[in-house]
Amino acid sequence: MNYLDSLEALRTQFPSYKSGVTLHNYSIKKVTKASIVMRITLLSLVILTVYGFYTFDYKDIRIIDAITQALTTFKTMFTQPRFNHFNFGQGVYQVAVTLGLTFLTTLIGAFIALFLGLFAAQNLSSTVVSNAIKSFVAVIRAIDTVLWVLIFAVAAGLGSVAAVIGMTFHTIGYLIKAYSESFEELDPGVIEALRGSGANWWQIVFQAVIPSSATSLLSWTFMRFEINYAVAVAMGAAAGAGGIGFELFMAGNHYYDLREVGLITYFILSVAIVLELVSIRLKLRLNTH
Amino acid sequence: MNLLEVTNLSKQYGHDLLALQNISFSVQNGEFVAVIGPSGAGKSTLLRCINRMIDPTDGEVVFDGVQMSKLKKNELRMQRRKIGMIFQHYNLVSRLTVIENVLHGRLGYKSTFAGIVSHYGKDEKKQAFEIIEMLGLTEQVYKRCDQLSGGQKQRVGIARALIQNPRMMLCDEPIASLDPSASKVIMDYLRNISTKLGITCLVNLHQVDVALNYADRIIGVNKGKIVYDGPPNLTPEEVYMIYGSAAGDLIFDVGGQHAS
Amino acid sequence: MRVEALVKKRKYNVIFFAVLLILTLTSIVLTEFDAAKGITSIPRAIRWATSNFYPDIKSLEKIPRIWIKLRETIFLSIAATTMAAICAAFLALLGSKTTRVNRLLGAASRGISSIFRNIPLTAWALILLLSFGQSSLTGFFALFFFNFGFLARAFVDTIDEVSSDGVEALQAAGATYFQIIFQAVIPTCLPQMISWILFMIETNIRSATLIGILTGTGIGFIFELYYKSFQYHVASLVVIFIIISVLVIEFISNYVRRVIL
Repeated sequence: MNYLDSLEALRTQFPSYKSGVTLHNYSIKKVTKASIVMRITLLSLVILTVYGFYTFDYKDIRIIDAITQALTTFKTMFTQPRFNHFNFGQGVYQVAVTLGLTFLTTLIGAFIALFLGLFAAQNLSSTVVSNAIKSFVAVIRAIDTVLWVLIFAVAAGLGSVAAVIGMTFHTIGYLIKAYSESFEELDPGVIEALRGSGANWWQIVFQAVIPSSATSLLSWTFMRFEINYAVAVAMGAAAGAGGIGFELFMAGNHYYDLREVGLITYFILSVAIVLELVSIRLKLRLNTH
Repeated sequence: MNLLEVTNLSKQYGHDLLALQNISFSVQNGEFVAVIGPSGAGKSTLLRCINRMIDPTDGEVVFDGVQMSKLKKNELRMQRRKIGMIFQHYNLVSRLTVIENVLHGRLGYKSTFAGIVSHYGKDEKKQAFEIIEMLGLTEQVYKRCDQLSGGQKQRVGIARALIQNPRMMLCDEPIASLDPSASKVIMDYLRNISTKLGITCLVNLHQVDVALNYADRIIGVNKGKIVYDGPPNLTPEEVYMIYGSAAGDLIFDVGGQHAS
Repeated sequence: MRVEALVKKRKYNVIFFAVLLILTLTSIVLTEFDAAKGITSIPRAIRWATSNFYPDIKSLEKIPRIWIKLRETIFLSIAATTMAAICAAFLALLGSKTTRVNRLLGAASRGISSIFRNIPLTAWALILLLSFGQSSLTGFFALFFFNFGFLARAFVDTIDEVSSDGVEALQAAGATYFQIIFQAVIPTCLPQMISWILFMIETNIRSATLIGILTGTGIGFIFELYYKSFQYHVASLVVIFIIISVLVIEFISNYVRRVIL
């Protein structure tokens, strides 16, 4: 019993059937600009990757040997972690130093970015000011935090001062972009209504803009907190900012102590996972409220 | 012989949430059955237990003489081809064109590889174009589905189900996201599909008036149980029985319709 | 009632800011951060930068050397991201609620991606340095592992978010697993996935500086070389090259995103 036999009989029953419209060309693919760009992108990625592998500076490493060696190293690191140069308490203290660095830079950064973000939002500021801040911020973000820290280190010396200033700098760049985009998503009607009722700019900001974008501001800030944790580890290793990152650098680059590297990695990893879980829960709570 | 036979069907989520309790009914070939009830009554779960999109906790579904629970993965796919499904949110692959979405209804008939590379036979494509034409979507054939209106999207959904050459259509709230005029078009199509093509339709509906207008038979579900099963002339008391305390406005509607 | 609610809210706010203050003070003590020195160092850094940290004529001679290292870094970032994306796509299929084979594998896949992305790049670089020494491979694997974890998570979220509807419809129509992947999951998720890949390439070029400093390769190595030998004019030129390449790549990927999303 094939219903398609009765198609003909059915056609007249349907209101939207237009007689005379026939399609002779049963092609099903349609090429669009999007699909072409997508293909070109993927193809270029593959070509650049293959070419990249040809040009890499392998020094005199024999890949198979190095990989086997890496696997043995991993095994020692992660199956036999051990303290050698410090104890558990000191480990926790170093993690706290790193978290302190994370907290400080995120908080200061968020505070400054909140104000500059207002001036960077198209709907709250003039186009000239907004564009000026946004391009400046794009340049700040283009450079990795470590470079900022090293640049400040020339003036302040390597250590926590340069690390805090450099990390804050990059955090501000990141958060201004995120915050101003959150502000721009605000319903223009709300601003208009308040302006109509005679509210001034600061009143609009504190009564409408910040309360209604608070959720997204908070979740961006937490996201940056997570990033700053990883950055703080890096600054310990690469810019003498102390904390667990410095211990990792010493264990790996000075003592060549695989077991301690494994142990420190476990420390860093567990804190990062806790932060991620907290951030996921916070996001869920923020979204449901 | 009945096309669909449901006996003592139960579905339990977690420990104590009983979505369906001892549901039994049968549907004859060509019938147009509306399942009505308040939201959360278990209508969606019931429909999905029939083609095993959800595995029931207990009970049996026999479709076209085949016991659904006994089927292995591949046999289940073969059986599902005979059951078209329409969704409240259309469930189209929105970045693909209308014709590509319609042809997805043929995937169950193809080898995995042919399906992956979108290799369809000429007659399949011809059928697809005919069904699209029949549903008045000819001008949209090459449009991406995210550019269509809700009513058009649902017609694509119907076309995708029809090209499966199904014995039965399961329609889960097909008009819940549509405006009244688009709803009417969709319900007219479904009614015609049942009457003219002889395809059995099992339609979940929230709106009593629509169900009364279109269905041959009404099944009322409340709190996971069948509370009404019979012809589409419900008394206000029966509507109250199905919808419970939420029935206030609905009874008024039904009354108004009988009066006119 | 209203007044009580307001009082309660105020109480919450006071507690919130008190906690922030305590945490700030603790952090300052822990990190030995000297706020006065910090603030005074900003104008000093600016003064120093304007008088020393700009490229002069002589530094332009180093452009070929910088270019070689920059190119190496860009290729490294792209190669690591592409390879990571391929592996992450498979892991994501196992990890997503809509496409997973079973719960157990799903949980395992999410766990694996969590470990890989939560070990910071710094740690990956230092770990791998022990086996691969100062070669491109150290940077490649460090970026690869981190990107693998990050992209797997991003892909899982993408698949969960956008493809469940289409997947349900194709299952109901009797399509096979791989038909569903190719006809529903890939068409809906690919643009979003490409966008994530491009984002990761941008990020990688930035992070390559850090990795280079730690492992002695690529653009980071050449920056540190000139920075440590006080050749600030050349070092600033390196920074300018990094800025330009990141902005160019950002521009390209913004164009691609605009067209495909």
